[in-house]
Formats: sequence, C-alpha cells, structure tokens
Amino acid sequence: MNFELPEELKMLKETLRRFVDNELIPIERETLDGAKLKPESEKWLNEKAVELGLWQFDVPEEHGGLGLGLLAKTVVWTELNRSIALPTRLPEIFGGASPILYNLNETQQERYLKPVLDGKLKTAFAQTEADAGSDPAAMRTSAVRDGDHYVLNGSKRFISNALGADFFQVIAVTDKEKAQRGGISTILVDADAPGVTLLREQELITDDKPWEILFEDVKVPAENLVGKEGDGFKLAQSWISTGRIRHAARGMGIITRCLEMATTYANDRVTFGEKLADRQAVQWMLVDMYTHLHQLSLMVYHAAAKYDRGEDIRNEAFMCKVFGDTKSFEAADNCMQIHGGLGLTKELPIERFWRDQRSMIITEGPTEVLKMALARQVLKEYG
Amino acid sequence: MKVLVAIKRVIDYNVKIRVKSDETGVETTNVKMSMNPFDEIAVEEGVRLRENGSAEELIAVSIGPKQAQETIRTALAMGADRGIHVETDDEVEPLAVAKLLKALIEKENPDLVVLGKQAIDDDSNQTGQMLAALVGWSQGTFASELEVADGKAKVTREIDGGLETIQINMPAVVTTDLRLNTPRYASLPNIMKAKKKPIDESSPADLGVDISARLATLKVTEPSSREAGVIVEDVAELVDKLKNEAKVI
Ligand SMILES: Cc1cc2nc3c(=O)[nH]c(=O)nc-3n(C[C@H](O)[C@H](O)[C@H](O)COP(=O)(O)OP(=O)(O)OC[C@H]3O[C@@H](n4cnc5c(N)ncnc54)[C@H](O)[C@@H]3O)c2cc1C
Repeated sequence: MNFELPEELKMLKETLRRFVDNELIPIERETLDGAKLKPESEKWLNEKAVELGLWQFDVPEEHGGLGLGLLAKTVVWTELNRSIALPTRLPEIFGGASPILYNLNETQQERYLKPVLDGKLKTAFAQTEADAGSDPAAMRTSAVRDGDHYVLNGSKRFISNALGADFFQVIAVTDKEKAQRGGISTILVDADAPGVTLLREQELITDDKPWEILFEDVKVPAENLVGKEGDGFKLAQSWISTGRIRHAARGMGIITRCLEMATTYANDRVTFGEKLADRQAVQWMLVDMYTHLHQLSLMVYHAAAKYDRGEDIRNEAFMCKVFGDTKSFEAADNCMQIHGGLGLTKELPIERFWRDQRSMIITEGPTEVLKMALARQVLKEYG
Repeated sequence: MKVLVAIKRVIDYNVKIRVKSDETGVETTNVKMSMNPFDEIAVEEGVRLRENGSAEELIAVSIGPKQAQETIRTALAMGADRGIHVETDDEVEPLAVAKLLKALIEKENPDLVVLGKQAIDDDSNQTGQMLAALVGWSQGTFASELEVADGKAKVTREIDGGLETIQINMPAVVTTDLRLNTPRYASLPNIMKAKKKPIDESSPADLGVDISARLATLKVTEPSSREAGVIVEDVAELVDKLKNEAKVI
C-alpha cells in the first residue's frame, strides 16, 4: 500500500506550486472582472498553460487534449485553487469544455464542441428551475417533439455564465410519464433562437451572476438532441463523480492556502503580550486545518487512483465532496477569524474563499442531499 | 560541446530556517527541500545552450543523499539529457565537491561546467573557483551573460559597482548570478519524459575521492534578534542617545 503520489505528479505539484506562488498570487486581485477573467488575463493564462504543458489538460485525448488521469487532474485543480486568481465556476480554464459536450455526435461536435475548445463559442449548463434544484427530476421545462424539431417551454434559474453564452445545454422533460426513468433529455439550444430570453441576473454573495432564463415556444432542431431521448440523467452520471472529486481537490488547495496564511499571521500577530500562535484556541484551529487537509488528501488521492484503475467511485465521490467543501469552508472561516478584521478585507483572498466555499456546500449537490444518497448505500452495505 | 551542470539539493528558499536545539546545525527533518536557485539558473543556461545548438549533451550532477535524485529528476525535466548521482550522506565541503567534480570531468570530458555561484544553505561561494583551479581551466564567475562561440566564452560578470566582460578559453568553469536567466517551469510532457532519462549512480569511493571534513563546526546559532527602534523627538535627543546610551559618539 503506497500513499505517495507518483514521482512525476509530485514534480508537477511542485512546479504548479511555484507557478502559483510566483505568478498567480501576486496578481490574484487583478485577473478577474466579476466572476470572469479579463480578456488580457485570459490570453496570458492560456500562454502560461501552453508553457506548463497543461493546455487542455482536462480534455480527453480523442478530442485533442492531454487526457490526464483523474489523479493528475486533482493535482492541477488543487494547486490552481490555492489562489483566487482564476474564476470559481468556469470549466474552460486552460482550455476545456463542460463534460456533456464530449458526448456529442460528430456533427454536433463540429458545430458546438470544437468552437468551444477553440475559444470561439461560449456555453452554459441549464438544469435548475424554481421548483427543481437538488431534485432535478421535479423539473417542468418540456421539450415536445414536433416533426424535425422540438418545442421548448419553461424557465431555468441560477444559470452561470448565461450572459454571453452562444448556446445552452438544456435539460428538459421529453416524457412526463417516464420522468427521471428515461423521460429527461439534454438538448443544445442556440442563445439567439427566437423565444429565448435572459430574464434577470441574480446577485449573490459570490461574484457569480447567474441568470434566470425563459424558453417560450423555442423551436430546436431535433438533431440538437444529445445522445438518445431520455438519456439526460444517464449522461450526467458519466461525469458527476469526477465533478465531486474536483470540488474536493479545490478544497485541498484552499485549506493549504488558509493554513499557510493563518500560521504566518498567528506567528506575527501579538495580542495581550503574546503571539496568537501561542494560544491554544488558535493552535487547535490550525491543527484542525492540518488534519482535515491530510484526511482530504488521502480520500481524494485514493478515489482518483481507484477511478483511474477503472473502478466505481460513486460512494467515495459523495464523501469527498461533502468533506472537501465543508472542511475548506471551515478552514476559510477559521482563517478569517484568526485574521480578525483583516480577514474581512478585500486585500486578502480569505473573504473570497469564504464566500465561494459557502456556496459550494449548496451547489452541485447540497451536503444533505449527497448524504441522503450515500445513506442509501450505507444502509444497503451494512443493513 | 558537452556541458555539465552541478546542482545541489538545499532547504527550499521559502522555508524559515530553524537552528537545532543542540546547536549542531539547522533542522532538516520534515523540511521542504528543492534545487539551489543558482543551480536552477545553471541548468536553464545549459538547456538554452542545448536548444540553440551550441551543446550536444547536457549532464546534471548532484552530490548528496538518496533524495538528491529528485533534484536531478527536476533538472532532467527542465531539459538535461542525463544525470549523475554521487551518493553520500556526509556533509560535503566545497573542496570535496570540487574534487568529486574534477573526477567526473576526467571521466566525462565536458567542454563547459556551469555551477551556481553559491548554494543558499552554506553560502560558501567557493566550489566553482576551487574546481577551476584543480582542473586548471579558465573561470568566469558571477555570470549575468554568457556567449559561447569558437572555443571561447564571453562572460559578463557582476562585480562591485558594475559589469565586467571577459573572454576566456574553453574548456571553462562558469558560475551563475541571479540575472543570467529566468529558469523555466518543467512542463508536464517534459516531466513525463524525465522519468525515462538515465541517472548514473556512483559514490565518492568509486571516484577515489576522500571527502572527509577539513573544517569542524563548533556551533550553529540563530542570529541575535534586533530590538525595536525608537522615534526621537529632535536632534538634541538623538545626539544625547548616541552619546549616552549607544556610546558611539
Ligand atoms: C453560484 C451558483 C451557480 C449555479 N450555477 C448553475 C448552473 O450553471 N446551472 C444550473 O442548472 N444550476 C446552477 N445552480 C443551481 C444549483 O445547482 C442549485 O442551487 C442547487 O442544486 C440547489 O438547489 P436549490 O437552490 O433549488 O435548493 P433546494 O433543492 O430547494 O434545496 C434547499 C436546501 O434544502 C435542503 N435539502 C434539499 N433536499 C433535501 C433532502 N432530501 N434532505 C435534506 N435536506 C434537503 C438542502 O440543505 C438544500 O440546500 C447554481 C447555483 C448557484 C448558487
């Protein structure tokens, strides 16, 4: 049993650590405009990705990317997330695409996937509705087949990156009777199709500005259906676990940075004649961060290595996301507490970690819902 | 042309150094180690010579414990062709390193040896100069620019108060200063390639070099901490303090 990263991944981790220290952290407050990269930052970052040999690291080989294994990807995600320089919710960092798009057929790939990978088209994923969040099967947006097209009706909310998107990956009901058992499909909808309206931008505590979108009698060509009718949720299963590991890997990066910042500050700051670092109340916060980071690393590396061996990691992925998001939020919270008022300022990255990680506990599966799903497995396994 | 670079594994430049409580040295257990920054510049320079066609082969040498191989692997990922590891757990003083490098030079016959001007752990700044003397080669130390052509090397040296440009005959020993270049990141494909590049292993005994210490370290202590300064009201108070407290005037 070997708990160490392979030598080449250690070296990759080391290289990225330095890249982030030397090049991202010094400019981390200047790269973004809201939740998105400024065009000049994006250009610079893409060049760096090429220099580091990490351009399209998250893109499968058959689509021209590096096709890195999950373990290698966790290393990249962890290290890049030690800084707030990069957007929180964009899959396209270093040239990527959202995973649904790798399931497109050849014609669809030419029209939608390739331009996304070339940076020519932008896209957004639209699943959530007012009455269907954690429980997407309750969705009402419908796509009804009518000859050579579908007619789409309904509304979506909390859709990240909707503004500026050229097309949406819409999840919609194609068969009410079957619902989540084969009644839900994925369909690509051009943003400029008649009947598509961006209704309202939603202001959040995070810098994301997701949108509410309205679809009214939108005619979508039938060839824009992804996979087969009713495949909507099945497609999602192919990447949902790796998405959860990504959350946890991101959490590792954030806990690492919080630990670095909190220990440095605790060593410097003197109150009532003593360093914060000499107070047990503060020491315990630091030790908890340290322990959680260790636990999370073991969990994430184990799950990723298992996935790379071709095994199922559904349960591991639940645990990783829940543990990673909650413990990284806790680390940001304690790091903020140790920094006092400074922790709340926009001069330090802590407040952004804190806001982002709070949101992660809700999005892409709230903790309670993941635990509910995991509980079913636990009851089956031990009951 | 064949180029040899010498690289040392040292405590990472970001680490806050702590002296061992028994004052025999500095704490190295559980401390992050990495390649001496000046040596990284040496590797980068070698890789550039390799890329612009001046050099046909770049060899990275490290002397030290088993883990020094990780440092060699980093040099290989940056672009060195192969590595040589001289394994020893003993402390090696600059003279011992210079003798070991001399032995390797005799085996490998390089035309140019590039070293960092000093290692950030002991700051000796001696190995390059000693090596040049031992092998009887020309030396260009503290290089901030290096041009190699027609069996000669033009070296711009950082000296007190300015830059000095010298031309030396090859073979030569060059030591690097900070401004010579900015080392590259080892890219992922090169990290993967580095896995397959060979590292020769040997020992000081294999090379017939006696590395026993010529110096005895009596003790290692923390620098004394500075006391906080005070702001004086006026010149009169300053003069008074200098005279009566500091007793310097
Ligand atoms: C910044 C941001 C970006 C987003 N981007 C997108 C996007 O791009 N595309 C998209 O489709 N969606 C997006 N979303 C939506 C997001 O995925 C949903 O908000 C999330 O799934 C939760 O759904 P909900 O808000 O409707 O909460 P609900 O489903 O109403 O749940 C509310 C709370 O109830 C609790 N709960 C729910 N079910 C259970 C249960 N069974 N047992 C116990 N407790 C339960 C949980 O604590 C949960 O937090 C985004 C959201 C945010 C905040």
